[in-house]
Amino acid sequence: MYQVGTLVKELTEKHGRLRESLMPILQGIVERHSYLTDDAMVEVAKELDISAAEVYGTASFYTFLDTKVRGKYIIRVCKTITCSMKGKGEIIETIEDMLKIKVGETTSDRMFSLLETNCIGWCHKAPAILINDLPYTELTSEKVVEIIKGYMHK
Amino acid sequence: MENNTGLNKVDLIFEKIDPKEVLTKAFEMTNEQIIQEVLESGLKGRGGAGFPTGLKWKYTASEKDPDKYIVCNADEGEPGTFKDREILDRVSYKVYGGMAIASKAIGAKNGIVYLRGEYRFLLPQLMRELELFHKMIDEIGYDFRIRYCMGSGAYICGEESALFESIQGDRGEPRNKPPYPTTSGVFYKPTSINNVETLVTVMEIIKHGAKTYNQLGTKDSRGSKVFSVSGDTPTPGIFELELGMTVQQFVNEFGDGDTKAVQVGGASGFCVPRKKFNETIIGFEGVPTGGSMKLFNSSRSMYNVLHNYLDFFAEESCGQCTPCRVGCQQLLKGVQNVKKGDVKSTYLNELVKLADTMKVASKCGLGQSVGNAFRTIVENFREEIIY
Repeated sequence: MYQVGTLVKELTEKHGRLRESLMPILQGIVERHSYLTDDAMVEVAKELDISAAEVYGTASFYTFLDTKVRGKYIIRVCKTITCSMKGKGEIIETIEDMLKIKVGETTSDRMFSLLETNCIGWCHKAPAILINDLPYTELTSEKVVEIIKGYMHK
Repeated sequence: MENNTGLNKVDLIFEKIDPKEVLTKAFEMTNEQIIQEVLESGLKGRGGAGFPTGLKWKYTASEKDPDKYIVCNADEGEPGTFKDREILDRVSYKVYGGMAIASKAIGAKNGIVYLRGEYRFLLPQLMRELELFHKMIDEIGYDFRIRYCMGSGAYICGEESALFESIQGDRGEPRNKPPYPTTSGVFYKPTSINNVETLVTVMEIIKHGAKTYNQLGTKDSRGSKVFSVSGDTPTPGIFELELGMTVQQFVNEFGDGDTKAVQVGGASGFCVPRKKFNETIIGFEGVPTGGSMKLFNSSRSMYNVLHNYLDFFAEESCGQCTPCRVGCQQLLKGVQNVKKGDVKSTYLNELVKLADTMKVASKCGLGQSVGNAFRTIVENFREEIIY
């Protein structure tokens, strides 16, 4: 759990207090903290003067607006057909072995979450993953180990 | 330039042009002249649905409400499509230019680009380029502004009315139609929503003239199109080709010599088996595509392909209407049960009927098109689904 502090205020200053400000505000919180807590969503509802249920309704619709606890770095492995054909299974096994978590789980130090996702638009360079916003493509087991090591030392 | 496979490779979309020159030319035209030019070019929407762009603009232009929008649909989520990312990465100024021309045609002062969350890494670069673009149109003396809205990982937001809901801060659930976006779009205002590639194509049409552009392609599918090629191919990537080729010509160029099927148009598109390569034209007279072309060779199980697509749809259905929500889940369960031998293979016929029902009864394009891949894969590769 994190303390949302002044972040919601900062985001409403930047994006406004209209209904259409909701998505960029929620995206801003996720960018900083990886997921949305109940407290954060209640805070957003207060600032925008709408019901917390409305905020949760919007948040829960979108895969990238997680309402479950997530790590600092969210690894999303593309599971759609081309990545699936070109070795997605091996990539997942490698990450699972390395981080000692299964798909859907978060490491105990809250550094990494491992998730599967639908087509991220890199089929010509499969298999591909996203770590937070950044894509990594044409992966092999060796490559993905190096990439994640890089994040461990960040 | 024809090569030995009979494919005509074209370089319009990524061609470097002087945007100021094209826009100055466009702004000297009346809005009727722009619409007429786009109508004459025969351009149909490049996102996949293929609605005539000129007609969309004509309808939006005829609306009386002065508060109108031009929205660029950059929520490229169809499995196997990645050409809009490449276009934005390499020639975003042409996307912005196309939006400015559209704004002149329909009478809008504001544009919105809805970019999928998966492409957020491009945003800093796109914003820098947008700033330069705003400077340029200020110099020309044209009053128009573009802003970005980001998606957050929902495939359904590529559906136009779901996209509007998302911009407005709501769940991305498609609306009932009519009213169509040209009457009631984003913020319930008259809106023209166009695909990234469509907008770039407009820049090329204004630059070269409808009559020149018109010479490319066929009667039903004018011009050229950017294809996203992936799967079992030695040359995956992005290729701009003249429309009107057969699947066979495509396979001759991109196949690995052992192609047994091509999925045209992604998970919501059609599966073309080898025996139909020769007779099937890629375009609106045959199998339409937003650009996704996936090749499968004989080492691939078409059951796995179908299962992957159904799993995709079961996850991405917004859940709002019953035919799609329950239908996607039942199709997935159904093929699993057929494969396991828990039900008779004739159960597949029932599932095809369900897919047909979804086509008629679903609220939006997602549920309506699940049956495309389902029917074409089951009909052509029945043994692979059962055994």
